[in-house]
Amino acid sequence: MCLAIPMKIVEIRDDGKGVAELEGSRHVVDLSLVTGARLGVYVIVHAGYAIETLDQVEADATLALFAEIVQSATSGTEGRL
Amino acid sequence: MNYIDGFRDPDVAAQFVRLIAEQGRELAANGRHMHIMEVCGSHTMAIGRYGIRQLLPANVELISGPGCPVCVTDPGYIDAAIALAGQGAILATFGDMIRVPGSDSDLTECRSAGGSVEVCYSPSAAVDLARNHPDREVVFLAIGFETTIAPVVSLVGEAQSAGVSNLSLLTAFKLVPPALRALLTDKEIKIDAFLCPAHVSAIIGSKAYEPFAAEFHVPCVVAGFEPLDILYGVHGILGQALKNEASVENQYARVVRSEGNPVAQARIAKYLEPVDASWRGLGVIPASGLGLRPEFAAYDAEKKLGVPVRPGRLHPGCLCGEVIKGKLRPTSCPLFGKACNPDHPVGPCMVSAEGTCAAYFKYGLPGERQGGGK
Amino acid sequence: MSADAVVQLAHGGGGRLTRELIEREIVPRFGSGPLRGLPDGATLPSPGDRLVFTTDSFAVQPLEFPGGNIGHLAVHGTVNDLSVCGGDPKWLSLALIIEEGLPFSVLGRILDSVRAAADACGVTVATGDTKVVARGQGDGLYVNTAGIGSAFPEFVLGTERICEGDCVLVNGTLGDHGMAVMSARQNMDFINGPVSDTGSVHRLVGAVRAFGAAVRFMRDPTRGGVATVLNEMVEGRELGILLKERDLPLAPATRAVAEMLGIDPLHAASEGRLLLICDRDSSSAILKRWRALPEGAGAVCLGTVTRDKGRVVMETVTGGRRLVDVPRGELLPRIC
Repeated sequence: MCLAIPMKIVEIRDDGKGVAELEGSRHVVDLSLVTGARLGVYVIVHAGYAIETLDQVEADATLALFAEIVQSATSGTEGRL
Repeated sequence: MNYIDGFRDPDVAAQFVRLIAEQGRELAANGRHMHIMEVCGSHTMAIGRYGIRQLLPANVELISGPGCPVCVTDPGYIDAAIALAGQGAILATFGDMIRVPGSDSDLTECRSAGGSVEVCYSPSAAVDLARNHPDREVVFLAIGFETTIAPVVSLVGEAQSAGVSNLSLLTAFKLVPPALRALLTDKEIKIDAFLCPAHVSAIIGSKAYEPFAAEFHVPCVVAGFEPLDILYGVHGILGQALKNEASVENQYARVVRSEGNPVAQARIAKYLEPVDASWRGLGVIPASGLGLRPEFAAYDAEKKLGVPVRPGRLHPGCLCGEVIKGKLRPTSCPLFGKACNPDHPVGPCMVSAEGTCAAYFKYGLPGERQGGGK
Repeated sequence: MSADAVVQLAHGGGGRLTRELIEREIVPRFGSGPLRGLPDGATLPSPGDRLVFTTDSFAVQPLEFPGGNIGHLAVHGTVNDLSVCGGDPKWLSLALIIEEGLPFSVLGRILDSVRAAADACGVTVATGDTKVVARGQGDGLYVNTAGIGSAFPEFVLGTERICEGDCVLVNGTLGDHGMAVMSARQNMDFINGPVSDTGSVHRLVGAVRAFGAAVRFMRDPTRGGVATVLNEMVEGRELGILLKERDLPLAPATRAVAEMLGIDPLHAASEGRLLLICDRDSSSAILKRWRALPEGAGAVCLGTVTRDKGRVVMETVTGGRRLVDVPRGELLPRIC
C-alpha cells in the first residue's frame, strides 16, 4: 500500500518544498512530514510527500552485511547471521 | 539507482535463497511448516514482481494479508463516490481506485457516463483542482493505511492555508495494528510470523508490533520492499522460529525508527480520531479506522454533502474476504481466472494495484509452486 | 495574424477562412509534389508489384511532450507500421481534426514537425484534409495518417514462422514514450523526466532485408508496450518468450519515473522501437547492423523463444521467474 522510493534532495525552495532527484529526474516533494531534510539527504517519497529520511549509515551497514554474506559464501564459510 | 539497486543484487539474493533453503530443511526435520503472513500489499506485489515464492522451500509459505487498503474497502464506498459524482462533484482519486467494483458499477464506468473523475499521483493536486473549479466541489477519495493517511490528511491544512473551501475528503482510512489483532485472534487463520510493512512501520514505528510478538508469540520482522529486504526478512523470521523466539526485529532500520515518525503521527492526530471501520472480509473492527474530527466537518464529504457511506452489496460468490484473511489462496478461488479476471473483476482483490489476486494473475506462473503447500 | 490567434470554426467552413488556413499552414509546408495545386486526390506512380497500405489515428494529451509532439507521432507511427510489414514507405495522407480555439502557434509547430519527420523518413505528404470542430469536441487536435509503401520482396513475415530458439531483438530502450507522456501530464511536475523515443524504424528494416527469411516477424510496440506485442506473438501456440530482467534496456529517467509511479516499463508505449524475431544464428549480425545506425545504437537481444504455453515469462534479478502479462486497463500512476 505504500509505494515509496528513496530520492535525494537537491534543492530546497523558498516555499519549504524540496526538489528530490532519482537518476537525474527531479520532482517537487512536500517536506513537512519529516525533520532533518537538507540538501544531500535522501527521503522516502510517497505520493509526492517525504514520509521519512533515509538513514544512510544504516543503509550502508545493511549493504555491508549483505556483502559479507556473499563473501562468506564464496570463501566457503557459509554461516547464519 | 542509489539505495535501490543495491537491494536487488542477484548474488546476494542467491545466497539468501541458499540460506533459507538450509533453514527450511532444519525446520522440516522438526516437522514444521511456516505460515508467514506478509501483511502489506506492496510486499505481495514485490514478491510477485520478483518471483520470490518459487525460490522458497515447500514448507515456508508466504500468505498475503489484508494490507491492500483498496481491497478492504467496502463496495459501499465506491457507491457513495459515484453518487457524489452524480451530484456534480469532481472526484480526485489515486489511480488505484479506478476499476474497483462497487455494488453495481465502478469509477471507470462513472467517468464514461460523464462523471468527473481525475486521477492524481499526489493529493496536493486536489487543491489546484478546487482552485481551478471554484463552482464545483472537489472530493478526494481518502483511502489508505498510515503511510498514506499523513499525506492525504495534509490536504485539510493545505486547503485552509489556500483559502479553498470547495474541497472535502471522503474518508476510509484504516489502521494496520487492529487488523493484525483481528487476524491473530481468528482461530481459523494460521499465522506463525508476520513480515511487517515497510512504510506503515515508518510512520507507526517498529515498537508497534511488540504487543503482538509478546502476546501471541509470533516473530515480527519489519522489512523493506526490495527483493533483498524480503529475503532477508524471511531469513530473519526462520532464524527466530528455529530458536523458538518471537520478537520484533527491525530490518528496515534505514527508514523505520522504533518510535516511528512523530511529525506524521502528530498531523494524523490533529485532524483525525479513531472510528469503527468495516473491513471487507474481517467485518467491523472497533477503532480500526480514522475519521475527521468534528471541528473539521467542513472538509468531511459525508457530512458536508449529505452522502453517507453505507455498506454495499458484495458480488455473490466473491471470496475476496477469505483471500484477504489469508484463508484462501487466489488460485483456489473457483472464480479466479474464469469469471473473475482483471478485465472483468468480481472483487477488488483482482483489480486493485496491490490486490492479492491481481498479483497472482499478473505475475504467477500457473502449475508452478506458489509458496509451497497447497 | 496576431501571435495568439486561434483556429475558429469558420476555418473549417469551406469558405474564405478555410482557404486562408490552407494557404498559410498547409501549402508552404506540403505544397510541392502531389499536393501542388491542391487536387482532391493524389495521382501517384504505382509503387511496384505489391503495395503495403496502413492507417493510424492519433490522439494524445498533451499535444506536445518531452521529445516530440503529435505531429511526429503521426508520421512515425504510420511509417513504422508500413516498415514492420516489410514495406518501403513512400506516401502519406494527413487528416487534421482541429478543435476551435487551438492556437495557430501550436498548429504551426506540429505541422513543422510533420514536415521535418516526413523529410527524415523520405516520405511525402501527398494528400490531406482539415476539419474544425466546436470547442469541447476535440481535445485540441486529432490527426489521422494513412500510408502507402512498396513491399520489399525479401521478407516472409508471420507469427506462424516463429520457432523455438529464435531471438527477440529490440533497437533501444523500452517504454520511453509512455512514461514521457504520463509524466508530462498536469498533475506531475517532473524535471529531466523521461523523453519520448518517437522516431522511425524504416532504416532498421531496410538494414535487415539481406537476412530475408531469417527474419520471422516484426512489430513496433506502441500502446500496451513490449509486453502486449510479445504476448501477441506467442498467443495460442506451444511457444513462449523468456526475457531476462537484467538485459532489459531502460533509460535512467524512464526507469526512475516508472519506479516512482508504480508502472511496469514493459507496459509503457514506445514510438520508435522495433521488435524483431529472427533465427538464433542471425541475431549477432543483425544487432551489428543496427548498432551502426543512430536509432539502433542501443540494440540488444531481449530474450529467446522457448517451448511454453503461449506465455511471456521473465527471469527476475533474484533468479525467480514471473509472468509478463499484458497491461489491464489504462496505465495510471498508483500509490499502493
